[in-house]
Amino acid sequence: MHGLVNRAIERFVRDTYGRDVWIGTIHKLDLGFTEFEAMMTYEPRITEQVLTVVGTRLARGRDDLLEDIGTYLVSHPATEALRRLLRFGGVDYVDFLHSLDDLPERARLAVADLGLPGLELQDRGGGLYHLHVGLPEEHDLRLGPVVVGILRAMADDYGALALVEHQGVGADHEIIAVRLLEEGFAHGRAFALGVGGSAA
Amino acid sequence: MTEQERTLLPLLAGLCPMHAVLNAQGHVVQAGPTFAKLFGAQPALGMRFLDLIELRRPHQAEDMVTLLACAGARLRLRLRASPHTALKGVLLALPGGGAVVNLSFGFSVVEAVRDFGLTGADFAATDLTTEMLYLIEAKSAAMEASRKLNLRLQGARIAAEEQAFTDMLTGLRNRRALDHVLDRLMQSEQDFALLHLDLDFFKQVNDTLGHAAGDHVLQEVAQRLRDAVRANDLIARVGGDEFVILLLGMTERAPVRDLAERMIARLEEAVLYRAQECRISGSIGITLSCAYDSPDPARMMADADLALYAAKGLGRGCARFHEPPDKSVAPLRGIA
Repeated sequence: MHGLVNRAIERFVRDTYGRDVWIGTIHKLDLGFTEFEAMMTYEPRITEQVLTVVGTRLARGRDDLLEDIGTYLVSHPATEALRRLLRFGGVDYVDFLHSLDDLPERARLAVADLGLPGLELQDRGGGLYHLHVGLPEEHDLRLGPVVVGILRAMADDYGALALVEHQGVGADHEIIAVRLLEEGFAHGRAFALGVGGSAA
Repeated sequence: MTEQERTLLPLLAGLCPMHAVLNAQGHVVQAGPTFAKLFGAQPALGMRFLDLIELRRPHQAEDMVTLLACAGARLRLRLRASPHTALKGVLLALPGGGAVVNLSFGFSVVEAVRDFGLTGADFAATDLTTEMLYLIEAKSAAMEASRKLNLRLQGARIAAEEQAFTDMLTGLRNRRALDHVLDRLMQSEQDFALLHLDLDFFKQVNDTLGHAAGDHVLQEVAQRLRDAVRANDLIARVGGDEFVILLLGMTERAPVRDLAERMIARLEEAVLYRAQECRISGSIGITLSCAYDSPDPARMMADADLALYAAKGLGRGCARFHEPPDKSVAPLRGIA
């Protein structure tokens, strides 16, 4: 598993619940370290173990925990860089949804070995979209709930009103339904194209 | 303007948001929305193009004639007003003496989107600018993460090396470090004096007062040796009570002998351990790299060792130089 994934879990716990909660939790695994390196690769089972102990410590089910992490990735100031990279995808929420097909490829341009699951958007008409999130081949970790968290937070970011729901797991993909109720529901957060643009 | 131009020119606004149409006098008669943004509140329409933008390459231009002379070429231009943004572009002549100019930012794009508050909608749908800005940010973020990792790894490597080259009890260098430095000195052909120091009466301290006392004495010896040499000299603990000292740049016997004798005098000052006086001394064998045609670390260590035994034989607490055998009587090896 790419270190960025483990690092994201770590930052989520640290930034949301504090350093002590993270240290106390990670010590249980006896890994010999307490910090993940974003640019190194770890065994997939370590990610699995970390999610298990974190879920137990925070009393959150696996899917709820992953969804919280997805929301954190977009909405927390510490991960502003990632929010900006996602906002490059489209000028509005629909444009952003349509850019998701390219997301794994976009991510690969930045971090060649990140290995995001494949994404495929289907426009069902009437503001309903189905997003298929591919199941990874090299590990059992389902990332669909993370995507749910990201899609909900990005709707807020764009100021769109949308219902995002995990609909289950198929043979080789998870299905997420996005029902767009109102595109210009609220003023979203600002996004300036320039590097270091206002973080609003 | 011909009928055809009247039909086609408006299409340019959608395809090339940073274009301008110039009339035969070189005045802007039509401008794309992004072109207009470059001049803020000042309307570009009706202005002389060359008053707004300076042509820098392939040559300067003062009027429409010189401007049209570089039709079709890659142009490098610059805004006349602050922030003097660099631009690239191309100019194509229109029938009737006018021209169409299309501009883009090139490498100035990162500053330009900030300076002019541009958004994705300010670029043509086919333009790769947004993708490029995305890549710049994504790569910068990835590079920053890599750079931090590199710094941490480098710190860890230095700490590990430091540990691998350090004698933990005394904080002096160890045998590995000594070999390393000797190799380096050989490669860089630097001269130095090699002193082999063996403590005298240390065993008695260990036997009568215990290992803790012995360790304390060794730490005190290390401090006294450090005080005696210069910062770039090297002191290594190579055995229980054996040390090797490299004095860099030393080619004369007299100052080395003085230093060795001062060291021995310092070692003979009593060390206090739990109100007990521990008394030791030291014997030193010395050899100079400049005494060899081509110095070899193993040979020099062996020679310093021989000199050390000679010093011990002379009753301890003294320093001896290795005496090379008289070349006329070679190959007999010996010590004076």
